[in-house]
Amino acid sequence: MADFAHLTVVRKPKSNWLKVSAILIAAILALPILVVLVNVLIGDGDVWHHLYQTVLAEYISNSLLLMLGVGIGVLVIGVPCAWLTSMCDFRGRAFLSWALLLPMAVPAYIIAYTYTGVLDFAGPVQTFIRDMTDWRYGEYWFFEVRSLGGAVVMLTLVLYPYVYLMSRAAFLEQSENTLEVSRTLGYSGRAAFFKLALPLARPAIVTGLSLALMETLADYGTVQYFSVNTFTTGILRTFYGFGDVAAASQLAGVLLMFVTALILLERYSRHRIRYHASGLKKASNRRMKLKGGRAFLASVFCWLPICVGFLIPVSVLAFWAMFKAEMPGTNFIQLAWNSFYLAAMASLIVVSLALVLSYAIRLNNGRSVKASVGIAGLGYALPGTIIAIGTIVPLAWLDHRIIDLVTYYSGEKIGLVFSGTLFALLFAYTVRFMAVSLGAVQNGLGKIKPSMDMAGRSLGMSPFKVLARIHIPLLKGSVLTAMLIVFVDVLKELPATLVLRPFNFNTLAVRAFELASDERLVDAAPASLMIVLVGLVPVILLSRSISSNTGRSR
Amino acid sequence: MTSIPLHKTLKDMTLTNVSVGYDGDVVVKRAAFQLLEGQIGCLLGPSGCGKSTLLRAIAGFETLMAGEIRMDDQVISSPSFSVNPENRSIGMVFQDIALFPHLSIAENIAFGLSDWPKASAEERVAYLLELVGLAGFQSRYPHSLSGGQQQRVALARAIAPKPKLLLMDEPFSGLDAKLREELVPDIREILKHEKMSALLVTHDQMEAFAMADQVSVMDAGVIHQTGTPYQIYHEPETRFVASFIGHGDFLPATVCGADCVHSDLGTIRGDLDHGFADNTQVDLLVRPDDILHDDDSEFVGVIVSKWFRGSHFLYRVKLSSGKVVYCFASSHHNHAIGQEIGLTVHLDHLVMFPRQ
Repeated sequence: MADFAHLTVVRKPKSNWLKVSAILIAAILALPILVVLVNVLIGDGDVWHHLYQTVLAEYISNSLLLMLGVGIGVLVIGVPCAWLTSMCDFRGRAFLSWALLLPMAVPAYIIAYTYTGVLDFAGPVQTFIRDMTDWRYGEYWFFEVRSLGGAVVMLTLVLYPYVYLMSRAAFLEQSENTLEVSRTLGYSGRAAFFKLALPLARPAIVTGLSLALMETLADYGTVQYFSVNTFTTGILRTFYGFGDVAAASQLAGVLLMFVTALILLERYSRHRIRYHASGLKKASNRRMKLKGGRAFLASVFCWLPICVGFLIPVSVLAFWAMFKAEMPGTNFIQLAWNSFYLAAMASLIVVSLALVLSYAIRLNNGRSVKASVGIAGLGYALPGTIIAIGTIVPLAWLDHRIIDLVTYYSGEKIGLVFSGTLFALLFAYTVRFMAVSLGAVQNGLGKIKPSMDMAGRSLGMSPFKVLARIHIPLLKGSVLTAMLIVFVDVLKELPATLVLRPFNFNTLAVRAFELASDERLVDAAPASLMIVLVGLVPVILLSRSISSNTGRSR
Repeated sequence: MTSIPLHKTLKDMTLTNVSVGYDGDVVVKRAAFQLLEGQIGCLLGPSGCGKSTLLRAIAGFETLMAGEIRMDDQVISSPSFSVNPENRSIGMVFQDIALFPHLSIAENIAFGLSDWPKASAEERVAYLLELVGLAGFQSRYPHSLSGGQQQRVALARAIAPKPKLLLMDEPFSGLDAKLREELVPDIREILKHEKMSALLVTHDQMEAFAMADQVSVMDAGVIHQTGTPYQIYHEPETRFVASFIGHGDFLPATVCGADCVHSDLGTIRGDLDHGFADNTQVDLLVRPDDILHDDDSEFVGVIVSKWFRGSHFLYRVKLSSGKVVYCFASSHHNHAIGQEIGLTVHLDHLVMFPRQ
């Protein structure tokens, strides 16, 4: 007879350390946003009044115009391309459907530098025009790249893939039967699109749009370079130029209101997506065959954003990097190494914390854990500038306390402990990129059904063995994906890195920004090109998962 | 040196006053029943009645709020004590099958055999593949198998380490009707062949009847009755069991003696004392096969609807009191809706409940 006496287990606490860690992580990651909010509240009316009288109107109108322009732009490019590649068939459709994602790999500030280099007064295009016509400066009109309109175009070119991705998924999700039913009820193909397909896809389109607009609000590199005064440039100028934390926080607070509105819009439309999805599986996707002129127009329309948003700027960058740029090799290797180990450390930290949070919510689906995971993921919508200020303020405060304490007890002077070190930078990255890695890890963990854990246990495995033999092999892929996404995002990140990096510590992104600011656009090319090339990796992964999905019934 | 664990069969598993719940919410209330060697038991009830929670408590995935679970005179669960799931010698088959997608079929089945000598484990896997009719599938992966095949693998995996008891949580609900009809008798045969005690959870009474020796009917966390399928169908002890199991109607009646009631269909006598006092108002349970078509009867009803079932007709018939009941008729007796037919009652055992 089995003797269970030695196996006594008295009501094990339900993984309480995970719960505690989750709450702790959330509390720490919420710090920057809390700091900003507190500063908004304690900031005095004078600052606010001053801001209101001077810069606020300009920041608000510029930000709104930027959002309006980018919003229209990404819809005009994203939705038709999604429709053409998902519902129609023409030569090159399969290739185009993933190539349309390529501009995602290019950070907005890099495309901005590139086009400025190509199109400004001294650039090859205008030089060519002058040589051809003998016109001189001021005798002809040319599009001014470094303007609000230019910023709209640059941001649109790299942000339309958000709308494209979301609306394409929505179009593919739509049951063909729905469209066929509408045809049998007397709607023409065009009417069916506007009356049915478009409204059905609207929640998804709005989700993509709100993501693109969040990125627009968060952009610093482009607007700073184009001298378009928006919140992000204003916040950093107030913070650095005037050393005014309160005013910077007040501005950040207004920006936060915009961001919050977008988050709510995104959440709401994500909720509606679930409501709109029929849940019916589509047997096959019969695409409308386009021929002749219409097929030609369709492929031109899809090729255009790929050329302008990716092929041209990347070719230009490659040309500059190889033949024109002056950047000593050792210097470049140092930059690449800095970027690499920073991004690698960040992705290790972020994904480890994401694993803790994901397991906490899996094993203890209580309200406090759920709330913690929600809070920890909030940073994805926060512009890097806000996170930077929210990080540096409390860390600087802490450092000064520590320095005072050490001086008091030992009489020795020590340097900064947290702020101005890699710690601050890694912390800010964790806040900013927790959401993306949480998404990837939770997605992977969700595929390990709880019943698999139970099956393992009932087959005689201890919880540790279940982890080793079931979870780790099944989770490897998602964890690597999460790490890759964070890695690339950190590599591209500009404003937080700019503010928080230790003295004399440069990354590829920061160096590209500095060189561009010094009008050495060509010399910025090697660093920019490197960022774009590394950025291609997750885009390729993403497009691979798209094409494997379209093979099946998705 | 490891050796094959002896094949120990379960002598009995006993639940006494078992309550289970989360966060102060009691999901299972004072459940009690016993399962004996080689028996296949079943927890039957509507969704959300707590049957799966009780099953998980037996497996060791839920702690008890009260009561105890014993296997072979050893307490395995009580509010202060719980044997870990991996040490209970209880296997489990899940509703969502839960095969490990990264392991081949043979590796899935061998998952619980890590303590066995390699040769014996291989032999066991080969034997089980044969038993569940999947010989030759050992190096395939779960995604390439159909739902029914996957469920067979899940069963093989669960019984591979020769557990004393096998638990099955809605194992057939993800499969289509035809597959289920094939699989249920197959699996019962495999379990009987292995002399394995098992406990099944289902909301489908046909599945319960086809599979189980003993059925416990549950509702809202309470076990209403435990008995053979025959008993719970013909001798339901509570109103819920009577209405949940099979088709049936409650016919208003008045007690007129120790074994007799008056009703719309005349005076009905049973073969046992029913224990109600004279003149008590009761509801008498009548099954479709209790009321038969009889042209000679003095009691009549009007046909409201009908179904042709091949071997017989099933009618819904409205009595003079307005009460509607089922009635069986042989397939020669084809009557039109609206027609009046004679009815006669054939009841041995009167099942009745106080009038509601």
